Parts: sequence; C-alpha cells; structure tokens
Amino acid sequence: MIAEAGLALLWLAAALSLLQLVLGWAALRPSGEAMLRAVRPVAVAQGILAGLAFACLIWLFLRTDLSVKLVAANSHSAKPWLYKFAGAWGNHEGSMLLWVTVLAMAGAAVALFERRLRQDTLIATLAAQAAIGLGFYAFLLFASNPFTRLTPVPVEGNGLNPLLQDPGLAFHPPTLYFGYVGISIAFSFAVGALITRDVGPAFARAMRPWVLIAWIFLTLGITAGSYWAYYELGWGGWWFWDPVENASLMPWLAATALLHSVTVLATRGGLRAWTIMLAVVAFSMSMIGTFLVRSGILTSVHAFAVDPLRGAFILVLLGFYIGGALLLFGLRVRHVKEGTAFEIVSREAALVINNLLLSVILGLVFIGTLYPLVTQALGQEISVGPPYFNAVAGPVALVLVAFMAMGPMLRWRRDELKALAGRIAVPVLLSAAALLALVILAPPMNWLPLLGLAMAPGVAAASVAPLWRRNLRRTPFFIWGMVIAHLGIAVTLAGMASESAFTKETLVAARPGQSVAAGPFRVLFQGVTPVVGQNWTAIEATLVARRGEGAPVALRPQARLFSSPPTPTSEAAISTWWDGQLYIAIGEEDEQGRWQLRLWWKPFVTLIWLGGGLIALGGLLALIGRLRRERRAPA
Amino acid sequence: MKRKNQRLVLLLLAIGAVLGAVLLGMSAMRSQASFFYAPGDVAAKGLPLDRAVRIGGMVKQGSIRRHGDGVTIDFLVGDQTPNTIRVVFRGLTPELFRENSGMIAEGRFRADGIFVASEILAKHDENYMPPELTRRGLHKTETVH
Repeated sequence: MIAEAGLALLWLAAALSLLQLVLGWAALRPSGEAMLRAVRPVAVAQGILAGLAFACLIWLFLRTDLSVKLVAANSHSAKPWLYKFAGAWGNHEGSMLLWVTVLAMAGAAVALFERRLRQDTLIATLAAQAAIGLGFYAFLLFASNPFTRLTPVPVEGNGLNPLLQDPGLAFHPPTLYFGYVGISIAFSFAVGALITRDVGPAFARAMRPWVLIAWIFLTLGITAGSYWAYYELGWGGWWFWDPVENASLMPWLAATALLHSVTVLATRGGLRAWTIMLAVVAFSMSMIGTFLVRSGILTSVHAFAVDPLRGAFILVLLGFYIGGALLLFGLRVRHVKEGTAFEIVSREAALVINNLLLSVILGLVFIGTLYPLVTQALGQEISVGPPYFNAVAGPVALVLVAFMAMGPMLRWRRDELKALAGRIAVPVLLSAAALLALVILAPPMNWLPLLGLAMAPGVAAASVAPLWRRNLRRTPFFIWGMVIAHLGIAVTLAGMASESAFTKETLVAARPGQSVAAGPFRVLFQGVTPVVGQNWTAIEATLVARRGEGAPVALRPQARLFSSPPTPTSEAAISTWWDGQLYIAIGEEDEQGRWQLRLWWKPFVTLIWLGGGLIALGGLLALIGRLRRERRAPA
Repeated sequence: MKRKNQRLVLLLLAIGAVLGAVLLGMSAMRSQASFFYAPGDVAAKGLPLDRAVRIGGMVKQGSIRRHGDGVTIDFLVGDQTPNTIRVVFRGLTPELFRENSGMIAEGRFRADGIFVASEILAKHDENYMPPELTRRGLHKTETVH
C-alpha cells in the first residue's frame, strides 16, 4: 500500500505542477488577476506532496519491503538502519526522487517566504519552476519509477554497494542536492524576470538570499563529498577530477560568479544581462551534471544504472530547458536596461574580472569533462585526467585568488591605483617573504604548490583587511561573511598546496613486529586480527604510531568483506594532528606472511576541508546579515 | 568610459575570455589527454612512448607475479587478440583486482614494451566495468536483478 500511495502522491504532485504552470501563465494575462492568489498555495501543496512521496520511499526502505523492486535491488534486511534510511537515495530512482523533491520544495519555499519580489515576477518565477518540475516528474513516472512492484517477492534483497555504506551517505547527497537543485530558483527567477521585464536592483536583492542558500549547501556538499572520497576510497586523494566531481564543481563555479555579479546588480545596478545569463548557466550546469551522472555514460560510483532511454530522456529535457531559457534571453536581452557605468579601477571591475576568470575555469572544466565523451562518440577512446585539469585550472585559479584578495580593498565606481598599491602592500610583502622562505628553506617542489603556499598568507591577510579599523561589534554580518569566506579560500589554498608539496608516502610489506617510518612518525606494525561487523567481516591491522617521544597512538585500518553484496573494501585509518593527518591503508598478505601497508603523512591536509567549512560559514553569515538588514529597513 | 561602450567592452571581454579558455583547453588537451590502448592496439599502432596512456584488458590467468619487496607485482593483460601487455605496478592493488578479471591502468610504456602503471583503476563495484572494455567486447557487464 505504501508504494501505491507514494506513486499516487507523485502523480498528484505532477498534476499540481501542471496546474501551477497553467495558473501562473493565466495569472500573467491581462484578465487573469483572479488566479494570482491561487499560484502560491498550489506551489506549497506541490512541495508537500513531493515530500510525502519521498517519505513513502524512505518508509519502504526502512521496512525493507522486498515486494518493491527498488528496495529488493538495493537493500538488505541485515543492513544497519542508517543505511536502510540513506539507502533510499543510494540508487538511481531514489536519487532522482530526491532531486525532484528538492526542486518542488525549493519552489514551495519561494512561494512561502518570498515577499519582496514584484508579484507578477514571483508568479512567473513559480510558473518557470513548475515547468522544470513537470519535465522531471515525467522522467520519474515514465522512465525511473521508484515504486514499481516486484513479483515474485524475493526472499532477500541484493544489498547496497558497500562503498556507500558510510555515514557520509546520510549527509553528502542531500546537502549537495539542496545546493545543486536549489540553484534552480536562480534559473526560475531569471526566467521570471525576463518574462516580466523586471531585471533591476530590487530583483537582484530578492534573488540574492536564494542564491546564497543554494551556494552554502553546494559548498558544504562538495566539501563533505571530498572528505568522504578521501577516507573511504583509501587512495589518500581528496579530489580526483572525476567527471562526477566536475559535475558538482561546475554549478559551484557558476553560482560563485553569480553570487558576486548579483551583488553588483543589487548595490550598483550594473551587470544586468550578465547576471541573468549566469543564473541560467548555473542551473544548466546542474542539469548537464545530472545528465552526465544519471544517464549511465560515465562509469562511477555515482552512476547507478545503464539505460540508454534514460540518458536520451534527460538529454531532451535539458536541451528543452536550456534552449528555451537561452532563446528567451536572446529575445528579451535588449529590454534589459544598460547597467550603471564604472571605471577600470573599481570594485565593479574587480568583480567583472572575478566573473570572467570563474567563467574561464568553468569553461576549462567543461571542455575537459565533455571532450572525452565527444571523441568517444567519434570512435576514439581518450581520457582526460588530473594532468590536464591541474595544468589549466591551477594557474587561472591562482590569478583569480589574487584578484579576490584585491577586490574588497577597492571602492565602488572608481578608485586610484596608487591608493590600491598602498592597501595591498602588507599582503604582497607577506607573500613575498613566504616565497623567499619557501625557496630557501623548503625542499624543491612544483611551481604550482610553491605559489599556492606563498600566496596563502598574503591572501589571508588581505581577506581580513576589510575589518581593519572597524568597530568589530558594529561590523555588519555580511562584511563578516565576506571576510570569513575569503579567508576560507586562503585556508583551503594552503591545505591543497601543503598536501601537494609535503606529503610523505611509505609503501612497504611488513611483518608483525616490524617498525616503519612515515614522515615524522615511527609506526610499529603489531599484527592483524579478524573482526566482525553487522554485515561484514574484516582483517584489522593494529599499528602504533609515535612521534618523537610523544604518546603512542593506535591506528586500525581494515580490509573488509561485505556479505551482501559480497564485496571487499578497504577502510583506511586516520590519525588527525594539529599539523596534518597520518593515513594508513592495509593491502594483502604475501606468501611470506608480510602485509602490504601504505602510509601517508599529509601535513595540513585538514585545512582543505576546514577552509571549505569557513567558506560555507561565510555564506551563512552573509545570509543572516542580508536578512537582518532587510527586516530593519523593509524595501 | 561611456555607457554605450561599456557594455560592448564587457561583451568583448567575455567573448575573449571564453575563446582564451577554449584555446588553452584544447592545447592542453593535445598534450595531456591520454589515449586508450588495448593489447591489440599496441601491436597495430606501435608503442606510444611520448605520453601517459591508459591500457585495459583482462588479467591473464596465472600471470600475476609478486616481486621480493612485497609491494611490486607484474602481470599480463590480454584481449581477444593473441597480444598481451606486461604491466609492472608498485602499490596496493584495488580490492577487485584479480586474475581473469577486467582492469584499466594508467601509466607509461617503456621502450622494451613493458607498461609501468602509476595507477590501477578500481572497479567501484562488481557490477561495473570500464566502458572502454565493454564496448570492445572484452568484458560482459553483468547486472543484478
């Protein structure tokens, strides 16, 4: 019954999204004022129904109802409850249902809370959101139904991919989707404003908090995904330039650019058409990412099912939505007013450069991600990996970070180069000193991490500069937000560069009782013991690490064998210190009774994710600041 | 700057940036993209010595040899042609790496034809197979229903 109820709720939600679209369209016609009031409640009801349908799926997974095909194919009764719960989205259909649910709930949130947008623009926005929803409801109902029954009912389910059986599954996908799909609001706002010709500072002020919310979640989701891959895969890497990672990075780059251009539009009335374009591009990247990940053309832990029909379906949907939005943009862009002009040396100009560089990185990542698919269609197998992405994105990112450091020190509209030179003197001197110290004292390293390490302190100093001579108590929250987010970039940069430059790796085959060096540690391999979990067995190694004369720390990496499906996985053991992480993975035993051990000492690697957290925190502070200011002075 | 000109300048800048990105991307692609070689390709096209490549195929039964250091192995990779590639790898192999199973490796060929793998790509799950292999009929993808 639950499955049928879920399916019925989904159909109802789809019907409401059609109603929302039609009502919105009718309300915008000259005679349609009577419909105006109906659109908001319909949008809220649609969000609630989609949420209930998703709750039905979670319930089915928690009960391990094997008469539902999706549960039987992806769950198992002997799984810990957390993975039954989170396993609801650890498969193609479930993750698409989560996708659509977030889309519907985002629309409902706009209907409930958006008070400042002009009413006709709001209605057009909700209609646009419903139009997107309609296509993806169709995709769910016709090509990815999560509630299909299965007869005969199997005795036991197939279980969940063990790599996904980690607390990260409960956090990373929903967080990422809130950002990834939440950015659809920016797209709908842009479409709405184009329809009602309402592109201006007031519109931008209304859009900004929504972009911020989506961007915060996207930042958190990417950061969490990176840390999860780092400890779960056991390869010691934190970013692999996997197409799936790129699929989340591309909307983030576009949303970051949008966040800055929308500020120019809100405060200075500039960059109008560009902001609208970025809003369209950001969610377009999300849809392209969905296509890459869900169509089965990629091989990845994220690609669940290979079904050409699904790929074609999403391709048609995204072609329709992106093409439609671009067409509307082309038709209406001449009605978008020219923005306020500014000088070459000004805050606006720095933000334009920020936007251009973010777009360049986005373009480079886009080419690298999609080019192999194009050549593959032409019959040539190539793969584009970290060598390409690091070589092209790294240098551009460093230039971008340099401009990011300068931007907040510039005045709006016009400024003097001389004044700027005075303000950046301290950060530049700091970076120069760091560069000198690194070249003299540190072992030789690649120029990219070298520059990254040298720039980090200067960028950090420049980031906190806006607080200089301010009364910290009376500094508005959104200034704090900017400062913390930019500081987060500097912290992440330091972590990435340090990991890349100073990581020490040791690969040995060791007998129990043998001692191994790993960076500043002496690690004693004591031996292995078998251990048993709820749905796995494992060989667990015990290693005791000592740093100089410090207290010993025990690390226990495992080689696990999951029972359903029967899959071996490696669980790395990580010991976190103030200045880095000791990371140990265990391999196989050889004929002589030696065990393969891989040990890494990664100095300051934790800064990567700490910085990611700071960036998201900065976003949150900015959001609170904007909302508080609004409450005080209603627009 | 005049208002009229400003939009034009911004537009030109944007186009310039995108063009620059495309040119930079394509030129980097030429030197950094790695091509896929199955054992049959090596015989047909010759050894690619100038760049990193990917190879893939089935690990031959009984071909995995462990070296004395305990962390280096070598093995033969074959496809449906009679050709094979000998691969040397130092590191921990992925959990699902075994004889008679598909694999993909990244690395470089030495002049003597031995492939030095820098990385052996893990199959994330027993249901997955690198598409390069399935498309060439080197391995059948099994799906669980």
